[in-house]
Parts: sequence; structure tokens; C-alpha cells
Amino acid sequence: MISFAFYLLTGLLFVAALLVILSRSPMASVLWMVVAFFAITGHYVLLNAQFLVAVNLIVYAGAIMVLFVYTIMLLDLSKGVKHKRTLFVRLAGIVSGGLLLTVLIAAMRRSSETAVGDLAQVGQTSLVGLVKPLGIALFKDFLVPFELSSALFLAALVGAVALGKKGGSD
Amino acid sequence: MGPITLDHYIYLSTALFAVGVAGVLIRRNILVMLMGIELMLNAVNLLLAATSAFRQDSDGQVFVFFIMLVAAAEIAVGLAILMMVYRNSRSIDIKHYNRLKG
Repeated sequence: MISFAFYLLTGLLFVAALLVILSRSPMASVLWMVVAFFAITGHYVLLNAQFLVAVNLIVYAGAIMVLFVYTIMLLDLSKGVKHKRTLFVRLAGIVSGGLLLTVLIAAMRRSSETAVGDLAQVGQTSLVGLVKPLGIALFKDFLVPFELSSALFLAALVGAVALGKKGGSD
Repeated sequence: MGPITLDHYIYLSTALFAVGVAGVLIRRNILVMLMGIELMLNAVNLLLAATSAFRQDSDGQVFVFFIMLVAAAEIAVGLAILMMVYRNSRSIDIKHYNRLKG
């Protein structure tokens, strides 16, 4: 049953990911991206990573995708300008992606993975993805990076406003 | 269908990462290229979360949280740059970013 859910989510994830990069309209890409995020969230459910389920849905499927949709709304894409690379470049891109996949898998095969257990057992017994252990880790071991990330967010906020402001800086 | 081990997640994440790389390489629409980058980030997130769950160590999932934070900041700034270039060139084609070289 768990294996079936894993393969179902994996298939959905790959169909959605391929449609994201192959769709003609950016809006369709965004909507397929939401499907891909839901499939990834399903994988987090299988891994019993409850905190990541919530954060993934809120941050990715919620905030980031709304940002994309909002940007598309601000752009006037009705003119139908073609953004196509030449056939050679597209072919070269696909071949490069496939070669990267081959090299990475060849490298992974040599790695000696010592973690034992299977998903059915891990999904039942794993407690590391619950909110409490993650909160303790976040506020004890990772307190300084956590606070620094708030400064990063402030900088990103100011930068986005400065860049997006009409009229520019000069 | 045998049991799902960590190896399955390694291959899944690798393939998803390759899809993201191919998406960045074959498209010229900046929006879709940004989504390809999101796919790559999510492949890494999935592998980190799976490794963390299989090895019973919560650090990996904390890293996923930080990657999400950085991705959100990156997308906000990236889309702001996109809007700025669109306002100047009325296009979201990547070739207009050639002007950014300095």
C-alpha cells in the first residue's frame, strides 16, 4: 500500500514537472507547478514529516505560486511573443540534462548507503519530522541561522520593493 | 513492488533535479526558468527530508526549512528584477538580460 502510494506520487510528480517545463503558456506552467508541489507534499506525508507538510503547502503552494500568478497578471502576455530557442539549443539542453542525470546516477551507485529500513516502517515510527523535535532543534542548535534568516528576509523585502518601484532609482 | 528504501528517494530526487536543469536550459521564458530552479530546489529538499527521516536525525529537515526561506527570498527578488526588465523592454525573454552585464 505504501509502495503504491510512493509510485503514484512519483508518477504524478514527474508528469507535472515535465509539463511545467514543456507547457506553452506560463500560466499552465504555474498550475502544473502547484500540482508538483502537492505531489512533493504527499511524499512528505509518507515520510511523516508533518512540519514540512504544513510549511511546504503554505510557503510553496501558497505564497510562492501566488507570487508567480500575480506577476503573470501584471505582465501583458497577450501579444503572443514566441520565446523559442532554436531546435539545436533545445536538443542540446535535453541532452545535457540527460547526461547530468546519467553522471549523477553513476556517482550515486558507487556510494555506500548504510541507512536501513523501508518507507513503510519509517513512515510509522519516524518522530523527527514532528513539530516539537524540529522546534527544539530550530531554537536550540540553529538559533543564530534562524535569526540571520530574518535579516535576509528584510533585505529581500527592501530589495524587491526598491527594484519593483516605478521610476527606478535614478 | 518491493519495499521503498532510501535508494528510491536518491534516484527520484536525481531525476527531478535533471528535469529542472533541462527546464532551465531549453526555455527562454524567465518565468519558466525560475520554475525550473524551484524544481531543482525541491528535488534537494525531498532528498534532505528523506535522508533525515530514514536516519532519524532532525537536522536535515531544519535545513529544508532554511532552503525554503532562501527560495522565497530568491523568488521575490527574481520576480522584482523580472518586472523591472519587463518595464524597460516589454518582454520576458532571457536575451534582454544581456543588458545587465557591466
